[in-house]
Amino acid sequence: MSSVSYDHVVKRYTSDLTVVKDFNVEIADKEFMVLVGPSGCGKSTALRMLAGLETITEGEIRIGDKVVNHLAAKDRDIAMVFQSYALYPHMSVYDNMAFPLQMKKMKKSEIDKRVKQASGILGLDNFLKRKPKALSGGQRQRVALGRAIVRNPKVFLLDEPLSNLDAKLRGQTRVELQKLHRDLETTFIYVTHDQVEAMTMGDRIAIMNAGILQQVGAPGEIYDHPANLFVAGFIGSPSMNLVPVTTQNGNAKAPGFDIKLPKPVSAEKGILGFRPEALTDRVADDGATLEMKVEVVERLGSDQFLYGTVGGEMVTARVDPRMKVAPGDQARLGLDLRGIHLFDAETEKALL
Amino acid sequence: MDLSLLLTDVPTLLFVIVAVPAVLGAYIVGGEFLVRRLPDRARGSVRPWIWVVPALVFVTAFLVAPAVGTVFTSFQSHEGGWIGLTNYQRQLTDFPTGGAWIAIRNNLYWLVLYTLFVLFFGLLLAVLFDRVPYESVVKSLIFMPMAISAVALGVIWKFMFWYQPADAPQTGTLNAIVVNVFHQAPKTWLTDVSVNNFALIAAAIWGITGFSMVILSAALKGIPADLLEAARVDGAGEITIFRRVIFPLMMPTVVVVGTTLVIFALKAFDIVYVMTAGNFGTDVLANRMYKLLYQADNPGGASAVAIILLIAVIPVLIFNLRQFRAVEARR
Ligand SMILES: Nc1ncnc2c1ncn2[C@@H]1O[C@H](COP(=O)(O)OP(=O)(O)OP(=O)(O)O)[C@@H](O)[C@H]1O
Ligand SMILES: [Mg+2]
Repeated sequence: MSSVSYDHVVKRYTSDLTVVKDFNVEIADKEFMVLVGPSGCGKSTALRMLAGLETITEGEIRIGDKVVNHLAAKDRDIAMVFQSYALYPHMSVYDNMAFPLQMKKMKKSEIDKRVKQASGILGLDNFLKRKPKALSGGQRQRVALGRAIVRNPKVFLLDEPLSNLDAKLRGQTRVELQKLHRDLETTFIYVTHDQVEAMTMGDRIAIMNAGILQQVGAPGEIYDHPANLFVAGFIGSPSMNLVPVTTQNGNAKAPGFDIKLPKPVSAEKGILGFRPEALTDRVADDGATLEMKVEVVERLGSDQFLYGTVGGEMVTARVDPRMKVAPGDQARLGLDLRGIHLFDAETEKALL
Repeated sequence: MDLSLLLTDVPTLLFVIVAVPAVLGAYIVGGEFLVRRLPDRARGSVRPWIWVVPALVFVTAFLVAPAVGTVFTSFQSHEGGWIGLTNYQRQLTDFPTGGAWIAIRNNLYWLVLYTLFVLFFGLLLAVLFDRVPYESVVKSLIFMPMAISAVALGVIWKFMFWYQPADAPQTGTLNAIVVNVFHQAPKTWLTDVSVNNFALIAAAIWGITGFSMVILSAALKGIPADLLEAARVDGAGEITIFRRVIFPLMMPTVVVVGTTLVIFALKAFDIVYVMTAGNFGTDVLANRMYKLLYQADNPGGASAVAIILLIAVIPVLIFNLRQFRAVEARR
């Protein structure tokens, strides 16, 4: 149980290859922090520096209030679940889970107690004698978790632990991991490239792109107030509509519409963002209306998504499933002005 | 190139380039033709035999038959009469210095020292070189002795062990060091019975370590990096990681290399033949067999030694097969 902080951390492989740039995050004790970003953005590298598997080029990483830059991985008291699970193939499930405890020179009886306890929590009681080869992917993933939880580590690191599971199991395990986090009362740092995982699991989310931290915050906060264009486009599914606009006298104009902004902004060129659910078939009296040329209609039962163009820009709308609309129609849709975002076209920062 | 030489024996040439492929082709086509005639059920069990039989024939003709012949010879006198176990008795008489006992003792030295040291050095070098820059260059260097023929290797080491009387300049590398660095009297490495066996074994180890290193290094590289990282995060130090993770995962390879080395050690011949010819108490079974057959004109005795050697190898072979099956079962 411990807090973790990254203080101006940099990872540079060669003078012109910097994969993590000036990374600053404070992760509180017992927090569930999710590190999310597209593939290759440096999430694993950030995590591996904390685990001691990668050297830190610049800056400091602290666990609790102790700087760990030069502490060997084995002395950091951190548990890690690898994407490949990294189970020891020559050891039984029991021995895999007992290994970290044996490294601590713990008494046999205590090891036995803890392994049995963890295997009970994870439903592995019947598999303790088996070798990892004889387990399914989901069971192996549990063993990897078990090997981490037996230790009562200060910090629990998970690097895309669900990516090798099928969709159903992934959903289940997501819930179980959250429960585990509640029960263990330990700091979790969870890496994923899947924004749905990030949104559903994290107390807070840190979004990275190209080695740079974009925004840190609670899922709802990030969803409602993305700090820049990248975050706006990355979080949410289907993703946010982004339409280039010119702003004048507190209005945003584009070929298909002209709407009043909630407050005046300084920039002249901007990018207007609104989520599909802000564009509906309900037209409010004081709200803005858009004419959409519908191209694809997607009915999901509870929802109906319309894909089409407004003034030449691709836009998605989420309308009532009972609305009668067909591809080729011209639909009049209402835009909820409470749900609009504006980003500076140059700096890509949020303006509203 | 003068190819006319090939034409001096036209019948053989024809035999090789026409008759052999023709016979093989006819065998395959004919075999397949016959298999097709069989009922469906029998086909699956018969077809593999069609393909295996040629190999069995060659192995029988060139390995099993001579081995059986050797067994017979070992029970015969020089004139061909049956003399029971007399040949064996002569080889196993007067323990510990008579008959083949010296050679047997030396083979045991080889077996233990050669196998263990080659495994040890191979493992050590594989693990250490895994962490150095220019690994492939360094490894090629260590592998180089493998490219030298055993005879050349023997000659090189014979020079390394060369002895000059104490007042003459030492041309042998080892004695030069003994005299100039340690200020001791030069040693007669190859004739002094207290060291000469170890000197020979050392030369052989030098020659084969590259082989063991390369194979073990390949096995080491086959261990996924994240296993080692997991062990590190789990709190294991480098030595513990080697002992608990790396070594167990390399074990199947270690066993294969080890048993191969045991067989090499039992067959040791060339280095002994070149460096001491088996004199000064350095004889080994293979060399003794050679001497009995070609120098002492004693085919019965030579055959008895050959059979003793064969009997010594069989347990290793069985172990090797068992181990192989166990490894397969663990997959
Ligand atoms: N040893 C290395 N040498 C040079 N570059 C490296 C090295 N390891 C990783 N990289 C680069 O660092 C960048 C970040 O890698 P990292 O593994 O952290 O990505 P990631 O965000 O975890 O991606 P993914 O979601 O695909 O796992 C990548 O562009 C990768 O090519
Ligand atoms: Mg990664």
